[in-house]
Amino acid sequence: MDAFVSTYVWPTIIMVAQSLLLLVALLLFIAYILLADRKIWAAVQLRRGPNVVGPWGLFQSFADLLKFVFKEPVIPAGANKAIFLLAPLVSVTLALAAWAVIPLNAGWVIANINVGILFVFAISSLEVYGIIMGGWASNSKYPFLGALRSAAQMVSYEVSIGFVIVTVLLCVGSLNLTDIVNAQTDGIGTRLGLPASFLDWHWLALFPMFIVFFISALAETNRPPFDLPEAESELVAGFMVEYGSTPYMMFMLGEYAAICLMCALTTILFLGGWLPPVDVWFLNWVPGIIWFVLKASFVFFMFAMVKAFVPRYRYDQLMRLGWKVFLPLSLAMVVITAFVLKLTGAA
Amino acid sequence: MGLQVLFFYLFAFIAVASAFMVIAARNPVYSVLFLILTFFNSAGLFLLTGAEFLAMILLVVYVGAVAVLFLFVVMMLDIDFAELRAGVLEYAPIGALIGLILAAELIIVVGGATFSPEVAKAISMPIPAVTERTNTAALGDVLYTHYVYFFQIAGLVLLVAMIGAIVLTLRHRENIKRQNIPQQVARTPETAVEVITVKPGQGI
Repeated sequence: MDAFVSTYVWPTIIMVAQSLLLLVALLLFIAYILLADRKIWAAVQLRRGPNVVGPWGLFQSFADLLKFVFKEPVIPAGANKAIFLLAPLVSVTLALAAWAVIPLNAGWVIANINVGILFVFAISSLEVYGIIMGGWASNSKYPFLGALRSAAQMVSYEVSIGFVIVTVLLCVGSLNLTDIVNAQTDGIGTRLGLPASFLDWHWLALFPMFIVFFISALAETNRPPFDLPEAESELVAGFMVEYGSTPYMMFMLGEYAAICLMCALTTILFLGGWLPPVDVWFLNWVPGIIWFVLKASFVFFMFAMVKAFVPRYRYDQLMRLGWKVFLPLSLAMVVITAFVLKLTGAA
Repeated sequence: MGLQVLFFYLFAFIAVASAFMVIAARNPVYSVLFLILTFFNSAGLFLLTGAEFLAMILLVVYVGAVAVLFLFVVMMLDIDFAELRAGVLEYAPIGALIGLILAAELIIVVGGATFSPEVAKAISMPIPAVTERTNTAALGDVLYTHYVYFFQIAGLVLLVAMIGAIVLTLRHRENIKRQNIPQQVARTPETAVEVITVKPGQGI
């Protein structure tokens, strides 16, 4: 019985506690990132943004949460009830599930699996199901069009995200996310004889891929300028037209959780995860989690700025960018990276 | 050990039950969703045997891409189920026959090692222990080092098939205005704008 308790019960309790802690921290982070998104957008347009609930509008997201939860959920008469309610659940569950393998600091990861990056990639390729199911189950024209657009868009940009990940993997030689961060202590900077610094991170060595990844991440999470699935000027709200109250809130939560995931992934793959920008004692003294959150917030700031000042793409241009520009570019980069690594013997 | 057995039966039971629902569901969209559930549970079974790479690739390729395409097509098509169901009994014997042959072949392949243990030794690339080589690297060894030519030939066959499909379906339609983005970007005010001084009262 003691063996059973020590092998199964305690690890389960610890894992559940860790997961709950991560989820609470993540949801709080999402609440403030939502506010930050609106504030940044407002600042670019010389508005104040939400500033009524709490000091500087700091409690706005919680007020919105209460508003959504207390509203009456309306299910359209012609909708497929089971799938209509399942869709937002799928969306939010998948977006949160991927966080299990994200390392926030050295050793701060719930599941340190060998194929971590593939797990995140698999989960992010499944996120399209929430949208397709929601669009189809609504049994209405605009949601269905939004769902079709979204399916084509996400499948297209996944291809280039996959190739970008392959270039990073070629440099690292491991699929483990912790290994990917640790591999960035050694890079261009250290090869030139400098101490370990931000020059070693992959953003410099794989610079074009950093940009491709960032733009593909925008398209993958349906952020402006690629928010065609919910383009309000054409499709009202796309796949979310028929949704209201809690199901709508879950769609939004899933969307922002996916955005945070992409920010975290960019940080891990290209910006050195929890590593300090320069290897000196007073920067090393700052906990790694702070660097991680700072970098992820910086990437999110870029996401928000893009939303504020880039106009929406036309659908055929979106497809052109994905298939005719990013796919050949990232494919060529895989070959070039492999050649360089082989010739210089760095692999 | 107990938990692994428990999870094996859980995954296996849900996989078989949802595979049955794929053919039993009345709505084809439900069928595809049950197919996705089957894939998920197969990935779980792969994970239990330690084949983590295969599990993730199953999710990425089949669930993330192929099933999306199925769902896409099934949602767009307007299928008449009464008509589709009409011939079920007619085709059932053939379907059962094919199922039996497949089952027999699977039993021969998997059960071969039980009847004659030397069959297992005939495998040219035995799977290395998980502790010494991760199975991602082991798969890479097989595909890209030991059997690289066969792998490349398989890739070429697929490439030819892809080009063939494109050639068969490609048609050039005349009278369509296409957007040429490099041309548009390369335009300058000199080539695009002409300044005309219009004299008052005369027009152009």
